Amino acid sequence: MRFEHKDLLDISSLSPQDITMILDTAEGMKEINKRPVKKVPTLRGKTIVLFFQEPSTRTKLSFDIAAKRLSADVISISTGSSSIVKGETLIDTVKNLESMSPDIIVMRHSSSGAAQLIARKLAPSVVNAGDGLHAHPTQSLLDMMTVREKKGKIEGLKIAIIGDIAHSRVARSNINGFTKMGATVNVTAPGTMIPKGIETLGCHVAPDIESCVEDADVVMMLRIQKERQENILFPSEREYASLFGLTRERLARARMDAIVMHPGPMNRGVEIANIVADGERSVILEQVTNGVALRMAVFYLVAGGKKYADKD
Amino acid sequence: MLTRIKGAKIVDPGNVDGDYKDIIIRDGLIDALVEPDKELDATDTDEIKEIDATGMIAVPGLIDLHVHLREPGHEYKETIETGARAAVRGGFTTICPMPNTSPVNDNSQVTAYIVNKARDLGLCRILPVGAITRGLEGDTLAEYGDMKQKGMVAISDDGRPVADARVMRRAMEYANGLGLPVISHSEDLSLAREGSMNEGITATRLGIKGIPNAAESTMVMREIALAELTGARVHIAHVSCEESVDAIRHGKARGVKVTAETAPHYFTLTDEAVAQYDTHAKMNPPLRTEKDRQAIIEGLVDGTLDIIATDHAPHSPLEKEVEFDRAAFGIVGLETSLALSLELVQEEKLSLSRLIEKMSKNPAAILGIDNDLKPGNPADITLIDPEAYHTIDPDTFFSKGVNTPFVGFNVKGEAWMTLVQGRVVFEKEL
Repeated sequence: MRFEHKDLLDISSLSPQDITMILDTAEGMKEINKRPVKKVPTLRGKTIVLFFQEPSTRTKLSFDIAAKRLSADVISISTGSSSIVKGETLIDTVKNLESMSPDIIVMRHSSSGAAQLIARKLAPSVVNAGDGLHAHPTQSLLDMMTVREKKGKIEGLKIAIIGDIAHSRVARSNINGFTKMGATVNVTAPGTMIPKGIETLGCHVAPDIESCVEDADVVMMLRIQKERQENILFPSEREYASLFGLTRERLARARMDAIVMHPGPMNRGVEIANIVADGERSVILEQVTNGVALRMAVFYLVAGGKKYADKD
Repeated sequence: MLTRIKGAKIVDPGNVDGDYKDIIIRDGLIDALVEPDKELDATDTDEIKEIDATGMIAVPGLIDLHVHLREPGHEYKETIETGARAAVRGGFTTICPMPNTSPVNDNSQVTAYIVNKARDLGLCRILPVGAITRGLEGDTLAEYGDMKQKGMVAISDDGRPVADARVMRRAMEYANGLGLPVISHSEDLSLAREGSMNEGITATRLGIKGIPNAAESTMVMREIALAELTGARVHIAHVSCEESVDAIRHGKARGVKVTAETAPHYFTLTDEAVAQYDTHAKMNPPLRTEKDRQAIIEGLVDGTLDIIATDHAPHSPLEKEVEFDRAAFGIVGLETSLALSLELVQEEKLSLSRLIEKMSKNPAAILGIDNDLKPGNPADITLIDPEAYHTIDPDTFFSKGVNTPFVGFNVKGEAWMTLVQGRVVFEKEL
């Protein structure tokens, strides 16, 4: 079996077999990151452009390190340095990039569907590093990788996701990914953060955090974006913490061996209590570690997938 | 000069329903409807032009109460000329351009500019709609009386709704005194804010911010309440959802002078058309759900929705080949409306006569025009080829806009010939 996709745009276009293949490949990559010389020649001569139209530190760094460990040449451009600020359209910008023959373009963009828009127009592979509220496939895949590593499986697990589901591409991709792999996903948040028809993605909406985390194997907290307060989504961080923050007491409702996840960056004391974030069940930093291996796997597979696709 | 349209079936709602008569046109006016075999007692000096319209259906010229011609100001999207060519090709003999041009049609000079251009072109009739407030700013009333003298026929806030209820109330009172209808683009901007498609399952899946039905229906309810308060004639533009249809039905039952329109996309498509972030399925109000689509059809059937307009909104690829949330709202409609609307007849939702009411008679009534096919009236006539199977292809459009979600739709029926004041302004090439 081989990876047949030119691009990685979202989780919904992947089959469970695709996801398993990516996770298996990522596990293999993980070992490279533990070596004294953390570099393999796999993607030597390949050019990867990191095109970030939204601020990002950890995701960009993670992609950057992943590409370099595979010996690819990496060029990074961001909103401030791109022609977008000069009024160029997105398609023109990426068409210009394409003319310089990169092999993979990694894009983060504030508009949902932006990755699909450019992938339709471009020959190089496109890896979506987050598009608007739509998808963040590598985050979801690294989350699944971390869960599989800790629990030995994904199927049959109970996953609780708590936070701003409406404005989270991580939530959408994870609801999609975990349900696709046979887990049960429960979500909860204030009513302002639950979008219409979210159940149609396959999750259940719990009335409160207590029932959401009940017997969960995985408790995933989402970042509360303070700037969202101007959208009148919640009255105060204080009230949010008291109603939806993950405290030790609430975590006690989950299974004894439940793990705690967070895509970062955390607001300590708001959506997650300090003691939980740093507690023994927290795998938050392991998510970051796995992120590098997972992105190495994605680069490796789409580079190959493109090659195979060219033969058709 | 005499023209005889021969062999067509006549559908003139309220007057003729499917009889075969020949239409005699003299000097731009309808002279008579005669039996097909009747000899004309024309004098020798009269030259008689004959149009063989066998197999065609003759209807009173179609009227589109809601178009955007983009001129003045955005001629790269559409001009009065390209818009008018698209109109006559679509079977329209009269169109009403909305005021959101640049400069805004909020004064008699802009009105006169549009009217003069239209007259010089000599294609279809173009009856401009003026702005409710100066600059569409929502604050102060535009000079309706002055604009009316130059040919303005209605006022509207299309493109930029009047948020302040008191301003809308005053506009209705003032317009009513001048006999002008008020066309409301019913949208609560505080609810629609940042949204770019229907709020619902598809938007949730795509991660696109939604515009709820309530952004429309709450304003429809406001306008009906204000119409009742002021006694003004209010026309609700582009109705897209079930709650609005219900509100209008209720308002009519109370005796409020409210009329309403919908557009072909609202009874043909749902928000699932957006599924691949297709910016050609992005318009405002947005495509709704199947439930709403059915409610729109029901509203057309029971008469709650009086007319079908197009909301023809041409844009260039500059505004459409971009990220979904940054794309402009709107689709073209003049050259697809008739074929898409005829689907309602083929599906037996409406009789042809009732469809022509919604595309010609009812808009004429709102504008105070008598366009019956009867002697003395201007010969504004659309000849429809009911059997013309075709595939919608924007490459064939006369409009500059190619932004349509209907590419590749197989449809049946289109305008075969369009006459304005007895002159052939469009004839389908064979």
